[in-house]
Amino acid sequence: MSGTGERVTDEPTPMVVARGVRKSYGAHEVIKGVDLDVASGEVLCLLGPSGSGKSTFLRCINHLEQIDAGWISVDGELVGYREQRGKLYELRDAEIARRRSQIGMVFQQFNLFPHLSVLENLMEAPLRVRRERPGPVRERALALLDRVGLADKAGAYPRQLSGGQQQRVAIARALAMQPKLMLFDEPTSALDPELVGEVLDVMRGLAADGMTMVVVTHEIGFAREVADTAAFLDGGVVVEAGPPAQVFGDPQHERTRSFLARVL
Amino acid sequence: MAERVSAPGAAGGTATADPSTGALPLQVVRLRHPGRWIAVAVVVVLVVALVDSLVTNERFQWDVVFTYLFSGQILSGLGNTLLLTVVAMLVGVLLGVVLAVGRDSKNPVIAGACGVYIGFFRGTPLLVQLIFWFNLAALYPVIALKVPFGPTLLSGDANVLITPLVAAILGLGLNEAAYMAEIVRAGLQSVDAGQTQAAQALGMNARLVFARIVLPQALRVIIPPTGNQTISMLKTTSLVSVISLPELLYAAQIIYSRTYEVIPLLIAASLWYLALTTVLSIGQGFLERRLGRGDASRRVGVR
Repeated sequence: MSGTGERVTDEPTPMVVARGVRKSYGAHEVIKGVDLDVASGEVLCLLGPSGSGKSTFLRCINHLEQIDAGWISVDGELVGYREQRGKLYELRDAEIARRRSQIGMVFQQFNLFPHLSVLENLMEAPLRVRRERPGPVRERALALLDRVGLADKAGAYPRQLSGGQQQRVAIARALAMQPKLMLFDEPTSALDPELVGEVLDVMRGLAADGMTMVVVTHEIGFAREVADTAAFLDGGVVVEAGPPAQVFGDPQHERTRSFLARVL
Repeated sequence: MAERVSAPGAAGGTATADPSTGALPLQVVRLRHPGRWIAVAVVVVLVVALVDSLVTNERFQWDVVFTYLFSGQILSGLGNTLLLTVVAMLVGVLLGVVLAVGRDSKNPVIAGACGVYIGFFRGTPLLVQLIFWFNLAALYPVIALKVPFGPTLLSGDANVLITPLVAAILGLGLNEAAYMAEIVRAGLQSVDAGQTQAAQALGMNARLVFARIVLPQALRVIIPPTGNQTISMLKTTSLVSVISLPELLYAAQIIYSRTYEVIPLLIAASLWYLALTTVLSIGQGFLERRLGRGDASRRVGVR
């Protein structure tokens, strides 16, 4: 599908639509034509071996990586581009930044701002990007910290927290911008095993509250329980996608079966 | 059991406690360091000899040193030294940040131009650069702002425009910028790329990412060497004496060329340099402690 016209017509527009997405680093093509839809309120889990392109695809959704072909839209708006007469024009920095501010992202390495306190980490973007008033932002930030179980850590600095606590702060920081979509890039891969649960619990709560989420993960158990759709990527293409019960319980492709045999 | 353990200091106590039984705490005897005491003795002798010569050798002419230490000429030279240090460092830091950002620009022409600038100013002696700027009039007798191949907007005689002070600021400042660029660049590169991505993902534009996230973290790496550069600059300003700008050293030289009291005047100037560098070092230590707020000496890494 090279489609430019047909995407607006469907009744409830999915939150994320990807069509024919391709991405190369030099001569090496890491994503070779990915089509995916994520309906509003749905959780999509991306699984696959390392190098399958799943993290790269996730980063294309908020334009941290530029795609080379195809298109991705979030809530009906193209990401990073403007369509005009059948061509996609890359947007200016300020416009890309505005669209990104509606998409939350959580990184494998947390990437909290070490020079700011936990509360300042949460307040920075609403104050500087949205220019909101400090009072309400502060209240919202404290409520979010309470929601991720870290109300008592508002004044702490990131280095004083455990990995699991840092990742929960990172989730709260993304939520402080009131995003309509949350992206998770292997959120528990850098954590000690006993800290994984507390982060997954927060994500479960988010999903239950109806947040649209795209999650790159190796946690099959989490995907099986929380995902509405599980997609298995390998070699830059979606090998298999569907309800987790089907993808994990009755995989249709040999590559999916051998991957699951290795990780389960 | 008690028979097996000799009390500490007991006469002829050759038997020792068996550590595995741990019956009695054993006395710890620290290793002696006789070499340290010898070193102390040597230093004391040297210091006494030095003080003796400072006091008894009348050619130091301490009375002359203290007469000139607070004289008008020396104090005005001191003022010029301070002015040059501050202005040259300001030029150096501001231009250095621009060069550092430009050096890592995605535009290869900008990056190349900044690289050539840094290479040129670090690759030629500062003394030569100072003399060059001072003699700029020999190369460009008239300095003018004009549209290329078009009308002249502003013009002036280079001999009038390039005073010793202007030449000194150009020489010191432009040279310092090349060194500061490398310091700033190292600081910017010390900030993890994940920080930029996290800031971008929150919707920050390039200016916000730089000003709010990258630069504050880079400063922790940039500030200490910048302090060193400032202290170094304070002393380097003495080079400006070759273009007859009456800073601290040249002020002293003017006096001793008249009175031939070379050593006392050099001592007077050195005392001022020493006093100022000491004050700057204390200020630097204070600043570094303040910067350690969010995280002390170690870098914040994840995991």
